[in-house]
Amino acid sequence: MEEFLQQLTNGLAVGGIYALIALGYTMVYGILRLINFAHGDLFTLGAYIGFTLLVSLNLQGLMGGLAVAGVLVAMAMGLVALAGYLLERVAYRPLRRSNRLAAVVSALGASIFFSNAIMLVWGARVKVYPGGILPSATISFLGVDIMLTRVVLFGSSVALMLLLYWFINRTRVGTAIRAVAIDQDTARLMGINVDHIVSLVFLIGPALGGAAGVMMGLYYGQISYDMGFSFGLKAFTAAILGGIGNIPGAMLGGILLGVIEAMGAAYISMAWKDAIAFAVLILILIVRPTGLLGERVADKL
Amino acid sequence: MGTPYLELNDLRVRHGRVEALHGITVRAGKGEIVAILGANGAGKTTTLTAISGLLKPSGGGIFFEGEPLHTLPSHEIVRMGITHSPEGRRVFNTLTVEENLALGAYTRKNTVRTAEIRDWIFELFPRLEERLDQLAGTLSGGEQQMLAIARALMGDPKVLLLDEPSLGLAPILVRSIFDSVREINERGVTVILVEQNARAALKIATRGYVMEVGKIVLEDDAENLLANPEVQAAYLGGSA
Repeated sequence: MEEFLQQLTNGLAVGGIYALIALGYTMVYGILRLINFAHGDLFTLGAYIGFTLLVSLNLQGLMGGLAVAGVLVAMAMGLVALAGYLLERVAYRPLRRSNRLAAVVSALGASIFFSNAIMLVWGARVKVYPGGILPSATISFLGVDIMLTRVVLFGSSVALMLLLYWFINRTRVGTAIRAVAIDQDTARLMGINVDHIVSLVFLIGPALGGAAGVMMGLYYGQISYDMGFSFGLKAFTAAILGGIGNIPGAMLGGILLGVIEAMGAAYISMAWKDAIAFAVLILILIVRPTGLLGERVADKL
Repeated sequence: MGTPYLELNDLRVRHGRVEALHGITVRAGKGEIVAILGANGAGKTTTLTAISGLLKPSGGGIFFEGEPLHTLPSHEIVRMGITHSPEGRRVFNTLTVEENLALGAYTRKNTVRTAEIRDWIFELFPRLEERLDQLAGTLSGGEQQMLAIARALMGDPKVLLLDEPSLGLAPILVRSIFDSVREINERGVTVILVEQNARAALKIATRGYVMEVGKIVLEDDAENLLANPEVQAAYLGGSA
């Protein structure tokens, strides 16, 4: 029971982060039918921006650890959103009317560009996040000591996801985003500026990815310029698992993948944890090809 | 006919290499219902799509109250008061009726006016008010057509573009949809009506144009077109 609860909370903490990244993949896919391969690298960028702010601003002297984490997340979200906006303008918008493969190649190129730029700026060696930002205390739950950090991380991911869910489903602009995802031309007939909506999605998705980057840095303590590849792949898997293009699907897929991975590592084999995660993906796709909450078949890449 | 309110002047539109409209001139006066008739593939839908800016002309121009429309993106054309109920209804299936209507009013910030239009729409189509929370994809064909028209009305149009509102509907619904179009027009909305059901369209229209393969072949008052033997033979199913 102790082991199970520990792994469950670990899985939820990591899964919440996967879910935040997965949302960026799924929203861009929903609007443009494009897999933004550079998204994982935007996540890495968020982690590095958080790292630099943490070591250069000396926020710890001014406020408590959780407040520092909040400020870092907020600043990384803003800066990574800006990078995402520029990415769309430079790498995707000029190719909007061209062949789908051209956009895919551009996405791969953007991914390589970002990871190399990060390596040039911050170096190829891993960076270590200063410790002591997130609480080291534990809370007792069903007689088991749970790390408060995991609770805080999972709670923060869920809070961001609820905010996004509210925005998409309850606001005028959120409804416009859904309309563009369903039918771009008809959305134009409603007076919606589709270019603005695409830009907005490339602000929101990367902002969530940037937040995930900082959270991952704070949780694991180590970041590297190429971590976007493995985390991106996991989050992309999570998006497919939940049904690509579907926002609640990405949330569910991410959390589920985090928990499955943690359980697999604990009860089967640490070395096989990635294989277990992907095996689960394959099994679910055999039974439900559209993903858990997906309605339509992802027929285009 | 009054002064040209909406004017298509020698309009040419291409679909890739093929020219779909070979220079058509259509004028609508303020407050008119103008019917555009013709067989499948004549270019009727292309004409409406060009007015709402989803297709850009390769020649000629489109003017509304003297201002060029063909240089504007679709979302600004909607802002100028020209809304479009497209071919095949194109309601947002996975959104509710309420959300579809809200999207129709996307460009309108005047909540008082929007609320007035909403009340009027529910008078026209009481069914929609009963189904507000239902997903648009679960509505019947007739209800979806009502929703498509209502959604276009939510933008508070000066000109309403209606593409085949009778398509696939039972005859009794066709009559009620056309009654609604007449009512909409009586409220001061100019209507451009594209229809295969020529008789029903000409009964409510002030004037009509007949298109054949991308050209206007006939233009006249609606009564004259209804009485025209050629039109009767080709579009009204023989002598009526």
